Amino acid sequence: MSTREGKELRTILADTCTRLFTAQVTPQLQESAEKGTWPEALWRQVEENGLTLPQVPESRGGAGGSWSDAHVVLTTAGRHAVPLPIAETMMGGWLLAQSGLDVPMGPLTVAPSSLHSRLTLARDGNGFRLDGSAPRVPWGRQAEHVVVAAEDEGRPMIALVARSGAAVDEDVNLALEPRDTLTWHAATVVAAASGPPASMLWQLGALARAAQMAGGLEYLLAQSVKYVTERSQFGRTLSSFQAIQHQLALLAGHTAAAGMAAQHAFGVMDARGAGNLGEPAFEIAVAKIRVGEAAGLGAGIAHQCHGAIGFTYEHSLHFVTRRLWSWRAEFGGESHWSLELGREVAARGAEALWPHLTSR
Amino acid sequence: MPTFNFDLCELPSEAQSLRAEVREFLREALGGASSSKRALSWGGFDREFSRRLGARGWIGMMWPKKYGGHERTALERYVVLEECLAAGAPVSAHWVADRQSGPLLLRFGTEEQRQRFLPRIAKGELAFAIGMSEPDSGSDLASIRTRAEHVEGGYRVNGTKIWTSNAHISDYAISLFRTKVVPDKKHEGLSQFLVDLKSPGIRIRPIIDLAGGHHFNEVHFENAFVPDDMLVGKEGEGWRQVSTELAFERSGPERYLSSIRLIMELIREAGREPGERAAVVIGRLTAHLITLRQMSLSVAGMLQAGQNPNLEAAVVKDVGTGFEQEIPETVHALLGVEPRLGSGSQFERTLGYLVQHAPSFSLRGGTREVLRGIIARGLGLR
Repeated sequence: MSTREGKELRTILADTCTRLFTAQVTPQLQESAEKGTWPEALWRQVEENGLTLPQVPESRGGAGGSWSDAHVVLTTAGRHAVPLPIAETMMGGWLLAQSGLDVPMGPLTVAPSSLHSRLTLARDGNGFRLDGSAPRVPWGRQAEHVVVAAEDEGRPMIALVARSGAAVDEDVNLALEPRDTLTWHAATVVAAASGPPASMLWQLGALARAAQMAGGLEYLLAQSVKYVTERSQFGRTLSSFQAIQHQLALLAGHTAAAGMAAQHAFGVMDARGAGNLGEPAFEIAVAKIRVGEAAGLGAGIAHQCHGAIGFTYEHSLHFVTRRLWSWRAEFGGESHWSLELGREVAARGAEALWPHLTSR
Repeated sequence: MPTFNFDLCELPSEAQSLRAEVREFLREALGGASSSKRALSWGGFDREFSRRLGARGWIGMMWPKKYGGHERTALERYVVLEECLAAGAPVSAHWVADRQSGPLLLRFGTEEQRQRFLPRIAKGELAFAIGMSEPDSGSDLASIRTRAEHVEGGYRVNGTKIWTSNAHISDYAISLFRTKVVPDKKHEGLSQFLVDLKSPGIRIRPIIDLAGGHHFNEVHFENAFVPDDMLVGKEGEGWRQVSTELAFERSGPERYLSSIRLIMELIREAGREPGERAAVVIGRLTAHLITLRQMSLSVAGMLQAGQNPNLEAAVVKDVGTGFEQEIPETVHALLGVEPRLGSGSQFERTLGYLVQHAPSFSLRGGTREVLRGIIARGLGLR
């Protein structure tokens, strides 16, 4: 597909997402999701529009697109603070497809979502059984299936299990998105195959959160610009104050940088080809670091520009800012990825810095 | 709300092979230049180097061949620029002419001016300065007062320009003068001129910077004569022309790479197996560096596509100069090494140079405050 053609298709995809989310993701829907109601109607529309598996091959049940398509969906979903496991379904679907497994319909999640939990498979006749516990699994209680990165005698495997086979200990993140502990005891595995290791799942999580946060920052910028041009104080609009203008210019810079960093990482995923993920972790680290930093600074600026009203539950700003404060820490915060990236850069040596980053 | 338009820009394969050529040339031309010398970045002035670069066809790269240019793409030019900056090559003797004076003449100059100046710029033989700021007008450029009065065969110029980098070692300065006083309309009546800095009536006085260096000058015009054929573009159109020129000035990779030498020295200092704190700092700086490069490349891609990325260029310069300035601060916070002048290690001397020069990064080419005003206007706030 030519670049131009791909870009046009992505514009259409972005319009589809924006139209759907603008119409459906209302403050009422967000509030009810925060109280634990699963937005079934919205999920069905998202799924029917092919937005949950954009980069999964058609032969496995996906839309047959690219990571750049996934980027568009995730950014838009982040901008609208969509209370659904779109990112998790995307990741899970891709991991299944990579392992040669079919992707089921319905919401998926992935486990483990921390580097420290280990899940193990044990052979049981022709199949497998799953053991272990995974904390803070996104949307654990509401996913129909869990895509698990587990080990079978030290060999990395991707396994599909029904969520109903897990004991669920419910918890949430700051945005009241489910982050549950799932525990399996000799649970039945629907399908399993050798596939990417758990570290890959961790990288995909960082990648997805980077795009979602970059979208969230776009919202903060647009919403803050809107607010300061409407709100008057001291007899003039807030937007006419130079102090406000400069804060928003700063937010615009961080938003642009975050958007570029995320877009670049997804572009590299496409350029390197699915399955050759050894190196793109480099760009994923870059994205998670840069976007995470922008998220904290951006949330601060947006709240400052909104004054007290932005600090209320009644105003919608927090649907995004609370997500940013959680997402930047999920799948590795800036310090984690900076340490990884810094070690890799240092190991190559000073003279390799520029040649390395221009060769990618 | 109007949004920014940063798309990924992938360099074509011909740009990548050019990169290897440029790198090889720089390796040979710069030889064993020390890190602290390379830290001068685009502050290093070396006419011989500029001539050699020009001989390779790497100045005026996008200009028509009939003016000594090479008709190459914006992205190929970008590769040459970023390789020169990353290597710390002394590019100052051609930088301004290649970046803005040449393109300005190409756009607004007369045929005779183009034929006279562009081929020599492309050969790396002509150094240009920029005569814009005045003692009473720095960021408020439209308030300049230096007068150019029309007389027989040309203009008589009286007034003073300030902060004119390299005026004392350059050949020409593209200068903005007031040719007509239009009450209450300070943006009108301005005109641009090609000023031969050796002309009678021009006196150049050095301004020494805080690090003891001589880059800035005051340029006094006392009944200096500028011939008619040195007017650039239309009389009275100076403001519009200058705005175009400033966009060239803000769009390049020199707005985020000034401190790259210190990142490299930090990596060297930290060693192949750095401690955690150093690794975190190196990782974070690398993430910012890579992201800014993609943003800067994106602007180059827009230029290549014939778009007008003024707003995006302002964003890159604002974010980029903030990054350049932060690097010596970050290095200090991490290691607390004393910055040094002529003694000490290359790391300490590179730090010494950059700590002192960093304040200028967000002043030159439009202050941070001016840029944020431009960005705010782009956001629809003013």
